[in-house]
Amino acid sequence: MSTPEHPDFLWRTPEPKRHYDVVIVGGGGHGLATAHYLARNHGITNVAVLERGWLAGGNMARNTTLIRSNYLWDESAAIYEHSLKLWEGLEEDLDYPILFSQRGVLNLAHTEQDVRDSVRRVEANRLNGIDAEWLGPDEVAKICPIVNVSDGIRYPVQGATYQPRAGIAKHDYVAWGFARRADEAGIDIIQNCEVTDFVVDGDRVTSVRTSRGDIACGTVALCAAGHTSVLLDRLGVRTPLQSHPLQALVSELLEPVHPTIVMSNAVHVYVSQAHKGELVMGAGVDGYNGYGRRGAFHVIERQMAAAVELFPVFARAHLLRSWAGIVDVTPDASPVVGHTPYENVLVNAGWGTGGFKATPGIGWAFADTVAHGRPHPLVAPFALDRFVTGALVDEHGAAGVAH
Amino acid sequence: MQLITCPWCGPREETEFRYGGQADLAYPADPSALDDEQWARFVFFRDNPEGAFAERWCHDAGCRRWLRAVRDTRTYVFAETRPYGRTA
Ligand SMILES: Cc1cc2nc3c(=O)[nH]c(=O)nc-3n(C[C@H](O)[C@H](O)[C@H](O)COP(=O)(O)OP(=O)(O)OC[C@H]3O[C@@H](n4cnc5c(N)ncnc54)[C@H](O)[C@@H]3O)c2cc1C
Ligand SMILES: [Zn+2]
Repeated sequence: MSTPEHPDFLWRTPEPKRHYDVVIVGGGGHGLATAHYLARNHGITNVAVLERGWLAGGNMARNTTLIRSNYLWDESAAIYEHSLKLWEGLEEDLDYPILFSQRGVLNLAHTEQDVRDSVRRVEANRLNGIDAEWLGPDEVAKICPIVNVSDGIRYPVQGATYQPRAGIAKHDYVAWGFARRADEAGIDIIQNCEVTDFVVDGDRVTSVRTSRGDIACGTVALCAAGHTSVLLDRLGVRTPLQSHPLQALVSELLEPVHPTIVMSNAVHVYVSQAHKGELVMGAGVDGYNGYGRRGAFHVIERQMAAAVELFPVFARAHLLRSWAGIVDVTPDASPVVGHTPYENVLVNAGWGTGGFKATPGIGWAFADTVAHGRPHPLVAPFALDRFVTGALVDEHGAAGVAH
Repeated sequence: MQLITCPWCGPREETEFRYGGQADLAYPADPSALDDEQWARFVFFRDNPEGAFAERWCHDAGCRRWLRAVRDTRTYVFAETRPYGRTA
């Protein structure tokens, strides 16, 4: 498939103003989507997106772009399905190509416990109006003929859940599409502008300190992914966020061989094939906390071993590149969204290994939260205080390897 | 793959070790006196610094003893490793 021509500049490069009604920290997918929906849904345009590096240079352009909504719990299903519905109309809304391709996802089950959990998740998904099916090994092979469903492997495939509406998109085009629309609405996107500290007055932040001077603000909306806790440390706000390197890799370009997305939590790998033809693979985070944007090679080796076991046809494919992003994980594998002890500081973080798919959904709901100063119903269950009340949204089953 | 110096076994490959997260978290002295907020802090909230971090590691595939490391989370370089002690 050929990729579209892009104009030389999709957004302006403005000098920061001295005051904005809303300062969004972080120019990744979530910050840019929040900016777009602030303008589109709420008419709020005196907004800056401050990005310390280049636009979408964080996880937004490092992720493997899997989009799905087949999460177990009602709270997660609601926000991810809201997001998936927005993906389905996003190209028109942004008036920009994003190569969203709904090719479906198979989440493989390899043990009896896997099978029970998977069937339960299918039933839960259906009750939430999400497309989900349970498939036996033969049906898995019909959808994806290159998966090894024989008994000859260490953990034979016992079946899979299938969500036909799941898919992939082109991550950088998504970021550029949001950025272009936010810019058109008058929002300032300011790159090479690192937020280093906050100026505080009582329980309000009056300005953000940046590498390009102080900027006064009405509301601060944190969308800094893996660096969120570093910023909140400056305010003395503790969170249960832990930052880890998460790696992914691509093969050389191949003819189309892989028609869908395959994920395996038990064997520990997931694979899709991008539009250009490279196989895109990943698994779980590197074990230790890290901000180094690189991970250990043994983690890659394990993923490759799992991939070759499940897809014998990949044995001779060459690994082209591997890389890492810094993801912010939480104890229950669910995000942290909403208020902080500072009245005008709102946080959107903790999406860990799975926040790309949420980009339009959280942009929509977080913009609404910022605009009205109260949690949108879709994000209310993800407030920071759930770690005190005990109302966790434990998505480890649906989110471990499967981003 | 990097080498981690076990205080007992010497330099070993990192795959022999398990990560144990932030070091020096003391179990509450008077557990029944804690409210929900304090329990949440003990159970779920951890430091997450960008820079030097005092951590626990266990030499799982070797002597199986716990050690206390100070590691830079930006470079992953270990500044020190020593036996994990109650008075750490
Ligand atoms: C290898 C990998 C694979 C993944 N695969 C998937 C997947 O298949 N599906 C899925 O749904 N999710 C996936 N994810 C997760 C997903 O990428 C993230 O959850 C999501 O991108 C986070 O939101 P974001 O785009 O806003 O983050 P980011 O793009 O990381 O944006 C945060 C931005 O904040 C900026 N920033 C940080 N500190 C400051 C500061 N002090 N001042 C100014 N700016 C600052 C950063 O530079 C960065 O650009 C994956 C992640 C990785 C790393
Ligand atoms: Zn040892």
